[in-house]
Amino acid sequence: MEIPYTVSTRPDTGLWNAKVGIWLFLASEVMLFGALFSAYIFLRLDAPLGMWPHGVLNVPVGTMNTAILIMSSVTVVLAWAALKMRRYRAYWWYMLATISCGVIFLVVKLGYEWPQKYNHFGAYIKPEELGKYEQYLGNERRAEKGMEPRLEITGHLHSQNAKEYEVALDPVNADPNNPSMDRPHFFPLPVTDKIATIEKEDVERATMFLPTHSAYFASYFTITGLHGMHVLGGVIVFIYMWLPVSKKVYQRNPEHLANRVEVSGLFWHFVDLIWIFVFPLFYLL
Amino acid sequence: MDASASVETHHDPHAHNATHEHHELGFWRKYIFSTDHKVIGIQYGLCGLCFLFFGFCLMMMMRWQLAYPGQALPVIGKWLPYIFGPGSMPDGKMTPDFYNSLGAMHGTIMIFAGVVPLAFAAFGNFVVPLQIGAPDMTFPKVNAASFWAFAVGGLIMLISFFVPGGAAKSGWTSYTPLAAFSDTGPGHNPVFNGQTLWLIGFIFLITSSLLGAINFITTIIQLRAKGLTWMRLPFFVWAQFVTAFLLLLAFPPLEGAIIMQLMDRVAHTSFFLPAGLVVNGAPVSISGGGSPLLWQHLFWFLGHPEVYVLILPAFGIVAEILANNSRKPLWGYKSLVFSVLVIGFLSFIVWAHHMWLTGMGTAVSAFFQTTTLLISIPSVIILSAFFISLWGGSIRFTVPMLFATAFLPMFGIGGLTGIPLAFNSADLYLHDTYYVIAHFHYIVAPGTIFGLFAGIYYWFPKATGRKMNDLWGKVHFWPTLIGMNVIFLPMFLQGMAGMHRRWYDGGQGWNVSNEHTIWGLTGFQWNAPISWAAWIMGLAQIPFIINFFWSIKHGEKVNDNPWEATTLEWTAPSPPPHGNFVHTPVAYRGPYEYSLPGRERDFTMQNEPVEPAERTRRKPAAEPVLV
Repeated sequence: MEIPYTVSTRPDTGLWNAKVGIWLFLASEVMLFGALFSAYIFLRLDAPLGMWPHGVLNVPVGTMNTAILIMSSVTVVLAWAALKMRRYRAYWWYMLATISCGVIFLVVKLGYEWPQKYNHFGAYIKPEELGKYEQYLGNERRAEKGMEPRLEITGHLHSQNAKEYEVALDPVNADPNNPSMDRPHFFPLPVTDKIATIEKEDVERATMFLPTHSAYFASYFTITGLHGMHVLGGVIVFIYMWLPVSKKVYQRNPEHLANRVEVSGLFWHFVDLIWIFVFPLFYLL
Repeated sequence: MDASASVETHHDPHAHNATHEHHELGFWRKYIFSTDHKVIGIQYGLCGLCFLFFGFCLMMMMRWQLAYPGQALPVIGKWLPYIFGPGSMPDGKMTPDFYNSLGAMHGTIMIFAGVVPLAFAAFGNFVVPLQIGAPDMTFPKVNAASFWAFAVGGLIMLISFFVPGGAAKSGWTSYTPLAAFSDTGPGHNPVFNGQTLWLIGFIFLITSSLLGAINFITTIIQLRAKGLTWMRLPFFVWAQFVTAFLLLLAFPPLEGAIIMQLMDRVAHTSFFLPAGLVVNGAPVSISGGGSPLLWQHLFWFLGHPEVYVLILPAFGIVAEILANNSRKPLWGYKSLVFSVLVIGFLSFIVWAHHMWLTGMGTAVSAFFQTTTLLISIPSVIILSAFFISLWGGSIRFTVPMLFATAFLPMFGIGGLTGIPLAFNSADLYLHDTYYVIAHFHYIVAPGTIFGLFAGIYYWFPKATGRKMNDLWGKVHFWPTLIGMNVIFLPMFLQGMAGMHRRWYDGGQGWNVSNEHTIWGLTGFQWNAPISWAAWIMGLAQIPFIINFFWSIKHGEKVNDNPWEATTLEWTAPSPPPHGNFVHTPVAYRGPYEYSLPGRERDFTMQNEPVEPAERTRRKPAAEPVLV
């Protein structure tokens, strides 16, 4: 017994089944990411002054990833349109382009951006010891200007012993009173060769830029991780539709494959859309 | 391709027989890894019943500790440490940790592994496609995936009892920061510990519900039989439709919260942990900056719609049975449908009434107090319509009807006692007492579970072709009804006497509940009769279990429509074959055409065409709308 309306539309709703299903699924996804984004808002509003990092992500790389993802959203529509025009060859190439974009996105995200973060070091200084590290923090000037205080010294961890950390400083700590350091830079500045010695006794908490670092990185890794899993899921589905297995579906009923591409394309657009929220929230704001 | 033509062709009975012979499935595909909605429904049902019984057993153990705190559990007590580990019940005496585990897991298992799978997934899967005249669910493979995700989730919950340290013990709500640190430290595995497994199991259970919800909504929108318009849907289908939306939209935020708590426990983030926490006398090394209140908001954003997930399917079942057994159309069908939709909507904006004591602020409390009181209106409309449906009917007290009628006052008590809790001033006193326990158990235990029993007795003939035994059904019903009330009524009094719901010794060590006596017994002394009622009620389930399994093979054989009901599932053979219907069902009329004047029989099925004479005769009858 076959189930009706798998390929053709039901007259009174004008929809085939999977299209209803995918929109419902996307509704639930909105709620899932909605919860995480509202957690982000909650945590950010609650964050004490100086405890929410700014400008720690690589904006050009993030921009590139955004462009790649948007491009893949275009190619998946073209793939679908090619199927609608019954041009399987064109479909095959557009699908390959979509898959490649997805893979590039993941490689950049997990292979480059994430490791860059968890190789970076940050040490929050105890409130009472902040004055000792004034040369790296520049808080007097910041207080005059009415800016939130810097509580953390960041950079590359060169070495550490039982008593101290030796850190190659980020430009922001190497030259804290330079007005150009007041705002995050679009192009990330490389770590300087200025080394600071921080006594462990003066440190409140020192970690790499891992989820444990702060509420910011906790939500960054959780949300981009979950988003990355969605990208991965989309890529796997696309690979299935691109492999010869799906050509058989096409030969049996081209509309069936077109529908499958349409619903997975809808999912892909959604994943893209989530990234459009993630990018400004974590990279820009 | 013309869609309607394609529908007609594959309902052809000969074509159906032919395909059936071609694809005779083996045992494993037919009964275990099936994609047939009826098999999946029954799988869900059996698993759900097992989990319900298991959850009930956990509670019966807790009741011993409450009634006789610190005493060794007789007979089985000395064997339990071998099952649950030496830390659970040394010498048969329950440890506080084990008691907390039982409490947390009783709630979790009853709700998420027992009632939801049974009420939503089992009845929904088995009955909904049949009631709407569909051959199956729209996505049979997704349906199977949903069941297996549930099975894995349930299994993880069970396994968590046997890991070092035992199952989760931070309450079924898993409030942080308690839940973020429980089951950690020496003697606990970083992943295979109670609370972490609870979280992982939950992800599977949520996934299962989401897949199910998508499938149900799509099925109801897309696969209704020809002529089965929205206002001709049986009320049960409406109830399941709204329930599915609640699951679809309320569960993902909890999934998000669970991912975050999992991160807190495994990756040591601080989503729900404020700075400066001291655990076991030592400050913990975390970044802080998180919010315990955030967990509560996300948890109850699911938690409250979940309450309606538990009750709406029971409403649906009871509606079917009331109409069928009072031989009258359901009174106020439209009001019922709109009420259920309003409940669905309002249930999303009442969640913070679980959080009066968190200090959210009076403005927030005032808002949620208002919405909470508003939601009682559609609930009262539904219950009133049910009562009026009985009025003037020629009622047949079959076993399903006994459970369905008992549902009405039980749900009524549960609902009305919720009103004091809705006012935050009254709740300041009643919060976290046995009053709350009694309130929601009246809704879920003699409410929902009576609805479920009613449904099992009612649709059993459809699933097996045989009826469950009437006499043993009544032997099951009466002690259960009395037991439920002896268990939960005194709890209102205990709660008002100030007994806290999480006291491990049943209130023995607190004088507050001992100062006043209730009908001659102190709050603490009431524990013993309540516990005995619970154990006796446990025994009263034995006739049901035996009746259930015995009737599968030996029950009285019945025809396809033993209850003389009107809805489409009764036009299918019992048990329905793969693909369900012999002829494509077409609906010509509403779902509850009982006792139509001028008819030979007192019921007219939905697939009976309207006769010309009838058309002129029944024109002016307007639907009563109560609002």
